[in-house]
Amino acid sequence: MARAAVPGGLSRLDWRVARLVERRAETPSAGTLVLDVPGWPGHLPGQHVDVRLTAEDGYSTQRSYSIASASDGSHLELTVQRVDDGEVSPYLADVLAVGDPVELRGPVGGWFVWRHTDTAPVTLVAGGSGIVPLMAMVRTRRAAGGKALFRLLYSVRTPQDCIYADELRRRAREDFGLDVAYVYTREAPDGWPGEPRRLGVADVNTHAWPADFQPACFVCGPTGFVEAVADILIALGHEPRRVRTERFGPSGP
Amino acid sequence: MGIVSPGFHGRRSASTPKLPPGQYLTEDFPVLTAGPTPRVPTDTWEFVIITETGQRYTWNWAQLTALPAQTVTVDLHCVTKWSKLGTTWTGVSLDTLLENVETAADYALVSSYGGYTTNLPVEDLLDGQAWIAYRYEGEDVTPAHGGPARLLVPHLYLWKSAKWVRGIQLLHEDEPGFWESAGYHDYGDPWREQRYQGD
Repeated sequence: MARAAVPGGLSRLDWRVARLVERRAETPSAGTLVLDVPGWPGHLPGQHVDVRLTAEDGYSTQRSYSIASASDGSHLELTVQRVDDGEVSPYLADVLAVGDPVELRGPVGGWFVWRHTDTAPVTLVAGGSGIVPLMAMVRTRRAAGGKALFRLLYSVRTPQDCIYADELRRRAREDFGLDVAYVYTREAPDGWPGEPRRLGVADVNTHAWPADFQPACFVCGPTGFVEAVADILIALGHEPRRVRTERFGPSGP
Repeated sequence: MGIVSPGFHGRRSASTPKLPPGQYLTEDFPVLTAGPTPRVPTDTWEFVIITETGQRYTWNWAQLTALPAQTVTVDLHCVTKWSKLGTTWTGVSLDTLLENVETAADYALVSSYGGYTTNLPVEDLLDGQAWIAYRYEGEDVTPAHGGPARLLVPHLYLWKSAKWVRGIQLLHEDEPGFWESAGYHDYGDPWREQRYQGD
């Protein structure tokens, strides 16, 4: 992997002051922050930013958040899943007001990224809020007129937990070469064939590209989910080096 | 100090003198890996040190686990901001493995089953600072956490503690590994917050 492949090269990552310009509810527990970041150098889909919060007494803490938007000038979107006993996500989700400043640095990460000039087919597998960096890829593909064929398999607990539900419906209709399939683990929508269940071999076999097509695979979600999906992909013959993963949350069961 | 975030108070209930700047405490054990988890059977496992002159020193599983082991309790600091305190590992000190290795190299490039690499100075592997760990809290290290054996270098960010460790190449010149080539810091001292190149 060439060092020059990282946007911004190896220049020092400075903290920037972003401002919240808009907030959108996505689900009852997730919301999108639309930020204006003067001087933002642009990013690749799949990269993240570090967000730093500082209290009046100087106490400071940081978290990483995946970027949800395609690169677009000084505009940046983060989708934050509220963790009820969390220290940072409730603040970002509920307290930070339009016009408020927040510090961030980035973009960070040069591995879990997709480049719109890549032509290989792409399999995206998301669990819960793991959709966020994958949505940045879907949006970048659309914005850049990318021709790579995309298949997205999205596992959610219930239809209400589906982040970007309306946009995904629209994109699946309008974006040529993008297929979207869902798995519901707790509660399926009316008329859904079958019972709620965890994503399994048959889902991946049916809705992801076959290993013969040598697709790039991006898997993002809670640790146990990612472990299971990555194991399935390997069992179905995908080369490990084509399977890129991003895990979050506590260790799996 | 950064700009104040209006209405942010943070959570400082626990005393956190052992936390490097920017880190928060976690009780569970997150798994962060760039790809699928490799499963490496111990009957084919091998650990190799290759010197700057090309000389190879190898250990199979039986040979490694027959070496004197140490049990250490250390704090872990991940560049993604979580820290886990007081973890207990058992393994072989790199002092033991490098004892009879003839080398004048200053740098080490560590490689893993699965293709991962990371670099660090040789001196950071010596003097009781680094182990090839194969037990965690008294149990075999699970594949998700790098089993059967992982490097453990707790004084650096955790990406330096390569999971599924396979070998170490000793070099005169520093050579960046996987994350270092993607913009992360070449050294990675949590107490100096060396997260990314230029920090």
